[in-house]
Amino acid sequence: MPNPEAPTTEPDLAAYAAAAAPVLGLTLDPAWIAPVVANLRVLRAAADLVAGFPLPDEAEAAPVFEA
Amino acid sequence: MTDWSTASAATVAEAVCTGQVSARAVAEAALARIAAVDPRTNAFTDVLGARALARADAIDAGIRRGEAPGALAGVPFAVKNLIDVAELPTRAGAKINRDRAPAARDGALVRRLEAAGAVLVGTLNMGEYAYDFTGENVHDGDSRNPHDLGHMTGGSSGGSGAAVAAGLVPLSLGSDTNGSIRVPSAFCGCFGLKPTYGRLTRAGSFPFVGSLDHLGPMARTVHDLARAYDAMQGEDPEDPVATTRAPEPALPDLEDGLGSLRVAVAGGYFARGGDPEAFAAVARVADALGATRTVEVPEAARARAAAYLITAAEGAALHLDRLRARAGDFDPAVRDRLIAGAMIPAPHVERAQRFRRWYRAAVLDLFREVDILLAPATPCRAPRSGQKTFVIDGVELPVRANIGLFTQPLSFIGLPVVVVPVRLDDGLPLGVQVVAAPWREADALRVARVLERSGAVRAPVAALD
Repeated sequence: MPNPEAPTTEPDLAAYAAAAAPVLGLTLDPAWIAPVVANLRVLRAAADLVAGFPLPDEAEAAPVFEA
Repeated sequence: MTDWSTASAATVAEAVCTGQVSARAVAEAALARIAAVDPRTNAFTDVLGARALARADAIDAGIRRGEAPGALAGVPFAVKNLIDVAELPTRAGAKINRDRAPAARDGALVRRLEAAGAVLVGTLNMGEYAYDFTGENVHDGDSRNPHDLGHMTGGSSGGSGAAVAAGLVPLSLGSDTNGSIRVPSAFCGCFGLKPTYGRLTRAGSFPFVGSLDHLGPMARTVHDLARAYDAMQGEDPEDPVATTRAPEPALPDLEDGLGSLRVAVAGGYFARGGDPEAFAAVARVADALGATRTVEVPEAARARAAAYLITAAEGAALHLDRLRARAGDFDPAVRDRLIAGAMIPAPHVERAQRFRRWYRAAVLDLFREVDILLAPATPCRAPRSGQKTFVIDGVELPVRANIGLFTQPLSFIGLPVVVVPVRLDDGLPLGVQVVAAPWREADALRVARVLERSGAVRAPVAALD
């Protein structure tokens, strides 16, 4: 998802994925790195968008979500 | 002469109750139509002929004994294959799940529908582990849109949409985490209900994202949708989020018209980022309801982003052991998203959950001013099967991740939504979301019925024959 608030410099997401995989107990086929990085990029943009909204420290997540 | 294979659930139930037709004859007609048509639509993953006929015979025997057969007497239905069916492994669209032990009993909603007299005829194709908006499945083959077999059904409840649109069953069940009932309802031109989060029990179904998962019905008439919904309500201690509120049946007030309901079109985020046709469908529905007001759902783009993060993270956590042991057996598109989801830094997910609480309060404030919001269900009509990207507002975007951009901000806080099918022309259908405040499904269904009576929305059986 396009996000105008995203930082312009991107961290090395391929290195991040390679380092995180063994922490998670995952074995990454080299062919999966590019699509995983593409997904990480989208997720990072989403996280930046959410982070751009100011929330007070007191705004806690509802422990049980009910509509 | 009535064609029982494509009759509505209400028509079938009334005919079975009055002895005009036997439940067995209806089941046989449905099974014959599935055998004839489904090789083209690929909606079914299991057809349960022997079970269906035995169940139909039991209903007929009960009627002969003078027993009341229930509101869904003899109504054939089918369920997305993430809902348990006794003696079948619950595959949830996955190759991996085929190695699971067969389910010991049917899922709760199957039991409730059958208790009302309905007859389960099979299980339905879906996107792997419900992480999908296309209806495509690399293991079972893609479900195909009955209105144009070269196009997607939408997902992840693709078989549920195809089976209803093709007239294989009058009623199906799907699940909706981010739009998986609403998207195939729109693409296949059916009515679909995603109830309030917690309204219908999910016990006996394979989860995806516990804090976002819903089950619900799809049908070709609003009455059928309401009849099935009413039969499935009620508390269930086996689902930790199932409501303990008393059932609130929708059928008794279904024909009451708009009354004092205040209807508004969702503007801002919901009025851009789609094809003009998507908004023309909303305008068609708004005109039919005399709705002239527009309101803005605050921070909907952020809500979608937060839903996206929570989905990826919770989904990855659910599947982490399978990703460790059998990553190669996943659909690659699902696997890559889940692996990335496992790598989301925890603060990003926590922030999304905190934002969720703020957003919920803001949207509930909106429902002080209006009772019903109208929004497009999808940004476009069903893309072609296999299509990877589409152009929206001049920007080329991946299809799979973006079909749900109008559904995600609403399920994110569990709002009840009825999708109504709009036919703007002879082309593929579009869907409009009729959104109500939490626990007000009956209002959304009433509005859908007003629209159906006016002719603004309709769900004919696809012309496959």
